[in-house]
Amino acid sequence: METTQHKLPNYMLIWLYLFVLTAAEVLFAFEMPISQLAKIVCLLVLAVVKALLVALFFMHLKFERWRLRVVFMIPLPLAAILVLAVITEKLW
Amino acid sequence: MTHATATVDLMRPPFPAEPGSGVYSNKLGMWVFLASDVMFFTALIGTYIILRFGVSQPWAHPNAVLNVPLTAFNTFLLICSSVSMVKAFAAISQGDQRGLKLWLLITILAGASFVSVQVVEYIKLVGHGFTPAGFREGSTLAEHAVSDPVKYGAATAGLYGSTFFTMTGFHGFHVTCGVISMTYLYFTKVLPGKYSRQDYRGIETIGLYWHFVDLVWIILFTIVYLI
Repeated sequence: METTQHKLPNYMLIWLYLFVLTAAEVLFAFEMPISQLAKIVCLLVLAVVKALLVALFFMHLKFERWRLRVVFMIPLPLAAILVLAVITEKLW
Repeated sequence: MTHATATVDLMRPPFPAEPGSGVYSNKLGMWVFLASDVMFFTALIGTYIILRFGVSQPWAHPNAVLNVPLTAFNTFLLICSSVSMVKAFAAISQGDQRGLKLWLLITILAGASFVSVQVVEYIKLVGHGFTPAGFREGSTLAEHAVSDPVKYGAATAGLYGSTFFTMTGFHGFHVTCGVISMTYLYFTKVLPGKYSRQDYRGIETIGLYWHFVDLVWIILFTIVYLI
């Protein structure tokens, strides 16, 4: 039993990370005297870290087989291509 | 037998798996749906990014139009509901029926509270004059926009209103569907004790959906409310 219990991550610790990162985001957005570009980059990095925490630990992707992870990873480059393609069209 | 039970991998219960994928069909189906939902939200968020950064006129500061502290609280609420969902999953994966009932009920209440706060937010925004069509004529926001057109993005208010309500509205619709589905499961499966340590597929599948809704909100909150 003990070995199986170790397979469940510490969910409350992940919750704490998510809470701290959300507070950090709000601080970055409205209190930090940094440039708009630096702010956007920092906020996007924080959002991606939070999304990864949810996907890896709450959705258990960290513990899943690779073939299932691929199902979720396939649309990510497609999403990036979609957005980049439209941005490129705008730039032209 | 005791030894065999002790070495069961809780993350991979021995449910009938689809050939090739190694997971049971409900879970695989949910993952495929979520993959398609990624593209759906990409289209919405992508459109917002293009419209916002493509227009030459200034866009409204989120803080000037939206109630960011209220939504930050709502974000916290949704994150908490995600934790309670995963606690419900952990409880039933160890055969704890009481834990499942408690944590799933907390998740449903937190999800319903999120939607309620969003409805209150919409009512207040529309009351101040922020509608899907832009700033309503004669409203407080329309007056502010005349005195400070840069801060309030007077020229792009229509684009802002339509993209804001489309993105957050579709997310709210997802949350509502999740709350309805969880409530249905709660009364038809959880309360009668139909889930067990051996079979909790419904909880894991609805859990995946719920965490995904939380994940999308994390991205939406940053892009719509903070940037």
